[in-house]
Amino acid sequence: MIPQDFEYSAPASLKEALELIATGERKILAGGMSLIPLMKLRLAAPEHVVDLARVPGLDYITESGGTVSIGATVTHHDLESSPVIRGRAPLLAEAAGHIGDTQVRNMGTIGGSIAHADPAADYPASLLALEAQIRLVSAKSDRTVPASDFFLDAFTTAIEPGELVLEVLVPTEEPKEGYRYEKVAHPASGFAVVGVAARIKKAGAKISMARIGVTGMSSRAFRALEAEKLLESGAGVAQAAATVAEGQEANQDLYASADYRRHLARIWAARALSVALSRAS
Amino acid sequence: MKRTIALSINGKSHADEVEPRLLLIHYLREMASLTGPHIACETSTCGACTVMLDGKAVKSCTMFAVQADGRKILTIEGLATNGKLDPLQEAFWNEHGLQCGFCTPGMILTAKQLLNDNPNPTDEEIRKSIEGNLCRCTGYQHIVNAVKAAAAKAGA
Repeated sequence: MIPQDFEYSAPASLKEALELIATGERKILAGGMSLIPLMKLRLAAPEHVVDLARVPGLDYITESGGTVSIGATVTHHDLESSPVIRGRAPLLAEAAGHIGDTQVRNMGTIGGSIAHADPAADYPASLLALEAQIRLVSAKSDRTVPASDFFLDAFTTAIEPGELVLEVLVPTEEPKEGYRYEKVAHPASGFAVVGVAARIKKAGAKISMARIGVTGMSSRAFRALEAEKLLESGAGVAQAAATVAEGQEANQDLYASADYRRHLARIWAARALSVALSRAS
Repeated sequence: MKRTIALSINGKSHADEVEPRLLLIHYLREMASLTGPHIACETSTCGACTVMLDGKAVKSCTMFAVQADGRKILTIEGLATNGKLDPLQEAFWNEHGLQCGFCTPGMILTAKQLLNDNPNPTDEEIRKSIEGNLCRCTGYQHIVNAVKAAAAKAGA
């Protein structure tokens, strides 16, 4: 379990980091919870690793003007325990608490996790349901991409060569809104066989807004748009949840067939929506 | 190309030349001669290699030694102070929180973070916090009892 030899840089500023990744085969190291296991198994053998840990000021969580900004190297533990996240984006705090285990949450970062884009990762469902934006910077560019355009396929994102994830921008949740992240964790790995993030806003007895993100079922996380529309036009949770897997291809592996994953997505969507509904006021 | 790292381990300064690919667990065991952190699964699953990095439990098999440059590491060897066992060590002893003992250093250091963050945890919180530490002997019940006993003693 010894990785192939590589060159290592630990830049002391963002500018230096962006210059380093501008050319050649560079791999960015943040918490290393995905990259290092891959390197140990030699599934990844980057020539040059650029460690972001010494870049100051990338681990902030701030709120202003209805947006929570989360720096790329904020850890899952920081997100899970941050009063700002728990108060203003509680769905994301709930999702962060489901990731890996204590040690993994202490090291793993939101920027690293989303850049890796494991199809069974927890964050994508919540980031889609929250309509988050992801800010990508390079030595020459600075752009912001909606989460729905960021996760393209398994381990594939909108990040271009030379770019890195600078921050995640999350519109704040209203205090009266209901939310829930529900997950079927793989018993060995803890990854999501299926994970569903749900948000509900009510106007009187009616649902005025529904957002549903699903991870683990397909090669990329997706929004269950049909189910959202049904809920917003008066349908019940059971009727809406029954549609979440429609029109989506599903992964299969030794643990779960494609049909079983679709089934889990429907059941867990119903559970997540029921809790979200009960929390909405 | 080798790099020089300087870090604190159990309160002592260390400086060594390491290859970037050297894992922290190998550095601790083979260069710093601290064999308390154990190697078992080597795949970030079992937690036997757990050490504390700036007060947080981490798996030293899933970290490069160069990442620890300038930081503070605590291994099980550094937990007792002036020959007096930490309350968690005492409790694991009293409650028989181990059989073979292989997972114990990692268990204790993960539990240390739990009690630092949450001095009065429930059974469920204890079990969630040690999710990343596997014990193949005890069935966990005595480990949970030990963590509770350490918490009770600290609160007494």
